[in-house]
Amino acid sequence: MEQHQALSYDVAHLIGATVLMAGFGLLYQRRLFAVLNTFAFQALALAAAAAWQARIQDAPHLYATAAIALVFKALAVPFALHWLVEKLGIHRTVETALSIGWTMIVGVALVALSILLVLPVTAGAAALTRESLALAMSVVLLGLLMMITRHNAVTQVVGFMALENGLLLAAVSAKGMPLVVEISIAFSVLVAMTLFGIFFFRIRERFDTLDLHYLETYRGDRH
Amino acid sequence: MIASGLLHNPLLWILSVPLASAGFLAVLPNWRLAAALNIVASAGTFAASLMLFVHRPEPTRLLFIDDFNIYLVVLTAFVAFTTTIFSAAYIGRETEAQRLSPLHLRFYHSMYQAFVFTMLLALTANNTGVMWVAVEAATLTTVLMVSLYRTREAIEAAWKYFILCSVGIGLALFGTTLVYLAAQPVMGDGADAMAWTLMIKRAGAFQPDLLNLAFVFVLVGYGTKVGLAPLHAWLPDAHAEGPTPISAVLSGLLLNVALYALLRFKMLIAANGHTLTPGPLMVMMGLSSLFLAAFMLYRRGDIKRLFAYSSIEHMGVITFAFGMGGPLANFAGLMHMTMHSLTKSAIFFAVGIITQNAGTKSIAGIRGLTTTHPVLGWGFVVAVLAIAGLPPMGVFMSEFLVVTSTFAREPLLAVPLIVGLLLAFGALVSRLQGMAFGDPVPGVIVHGTGSRLATIMAHLPLWAHMTLVVIAGLWLPAPLVAWFQAVAKLLG
Repeated sequence: MEQHQALSYDVAHLIGATVLMAGFGLLYQRRLFAVLNTFAFQALALAAAAAWQARIQDAPHLYATAAIALVFKALAVPFALHWLVEKLGIHRTVETALSIGWTMIVGVALVALSILLVLPVTAGAAALTRESLALAMSVVLLGLLMMITRHNAVTQVVGFMALENGLLLAAVSAKGMPLVVEISIAFSVLVAMTLFGIFFFRIRERFDTLDLHYLETYRGDRH
Repeated sequence: MIASGLLHNPLLWILSVPLASAGFLAVLPNWRLAAALNIVASAGTFAASLMLFVHRPEPTRLLFIDDFNIYLVVLTAFVAFTTTIFSAAYIGRETEAQRLSPLHLRFYHSMYQAFVFTMLLALTANNTGVMWVAVEAATLTTVLMVSLYRTREAIEAAWKYFILCSVGIGLALFGTTLVYLAAQPVMGDGADAMAWTLMIKRAGAFQPDLLNLAFVFVLVGYGTKVGLAPLHAWLPDAHAEGPTPISAVLSGLLLNVALYALLRFKMLIAANGHTLTPGPLMVMMGLSSLFLAAFMLYRRGDIKRLFAYSSIEHMGVITFAFGMGGPLANFAGLMHMTMHSLTKSAIFFAVGIITQNAGTKSIAGIRGLTTTHPVLGWGFVVAVLAIAGLPPMGVFMSEFLVVTSTFAREPLLAVPLIVGLLLAFGALVSRLQGMAFGDPVPGVIVHGTGSRLATIMAHLPLWAHMTLVVIAGLWLPAPLVAWFQAVAKLLG
């Protein structure tokens, strides 16, 4: 029994760490398609994490979350974005606001911050929950970092979805948390809307580029 | 037995009427009929919300009504109802001007009811997760409505709103998960550890450190939706570029709903008692919003942006009041939420007609309203003076209470508060002068082309709201005061 628990703990930890590694992977890609592939890999790892939690928590509804992550986020979304990038002729290199080296350093600092923040405050919780939570918060912060440091709309959306992967990782690791399936569906709707939005902008030919810099120039104070 | 029980539960009517109408209006091709049905449905929702005073349903795992949310439910249903009346007049003229097609309108009416449904669900949900899903859905429906005009600016505004608020509610979800983790060892697995009514009773046993961390995420997350500085960037654009009835409900209702979510978490923290006090964080965010907005008010050239910044200012004041805490400041905060909601939506009703008449949103293009359109012009003057905080209107009363309660406890904090309020007052009054009393711009005076009924429908909600605000400033009924006081105690 003891050994069985240790194993389930190790596997959950391993999968969680894989999601985090993919989060770092997203930060150092220079080509858009590589970003999409890395994101698909992260979503795959998230699906595995959800399925594993469904098994060890004996919570069958988490299999639904895993299935959504697998079908929607690991397959449909990267495929749709791939298609959008080709169809709309979006620049295939990633435009960065902060150099990749610095982004990685900040990323490492954020992971350290999450561990320092989460571990002390969860002293009472189960070890599995604590560490999953630290990993999940790191993934959330890395997603946020990606949204801040990458200009292109596609990379921003990917950053948002990476952030959301972190949120779902936290939700599936919280033992017995209800509504996880509903929450992942709500997020999927949100993401689907975003993709629709990107496509929509372009077909209406409202923007010359999806670079959000163009949005910035038109904001607020033009009057 | 169960069926008759359901029929008598006003809560289910409050939620099912807007939801069913959203579905029905989506397939109804005639927009005039749809606008009328929109009014009928909202009137029904409002009537059902009034039934809550007579018959308050027992809390269930999913929904509940208590002293705090009942007043927001009624306020939301009321403003949603008056806005539909204004909206019918507004879209009539937009359609004449061919800015909106029938298909757009079908979409608009359906989304309006869906939006009302999500707000009411967020207010009545007895589950942190359901509340989160409802706020997320409210974001989605409003994004769609902000982008309704399909202009470059509207799409930009919608995109910015979408990205910023998605991140915001994402962080709020992380906070929600953390609260669940704090509650779960005490409440056990499952829905009990997410139910407000159950959590609040045993909050004392929750892990305080985890609650602290959770509150930071909740504050940043839902704070983005409240429009608190420095997370407010989406708000002016979303208010400026969408249809004006939507600006009215965004400012008057959605910001309140997001603040309600934040306050529920604050109540949990207060019930725990071992955490850091959330007050100073909220006071700081409130003050920075107030100052940022007060200075920004001076530089606005767009009338809708002007009042959007004024919303940031007032949300700052309200957050400041709740951050101060205590019975008096909480009372002031609750009252200010109500007064701001009524007054700001009234202002947007006036602004909607004004911009349609003038054909521009530019303040420079709007002059001499009291001469060209006396009824509208004077209504606008009263509303703007009210929101600027001039006595005897209700907003003055609540701001006065915020200031005096702050003076009594932290005199030093009252100084920046008063400076901020005065700055905002100056900006609004100086802008108002030109718009209301300047010489009219020759040649652009377009009187309403609609029927008499349409004109009445356009003006009625404005005057109805302002009447309530003036009455509230002069005299608050004793039961209302007693009940605000009871809620203020709940808030800790």
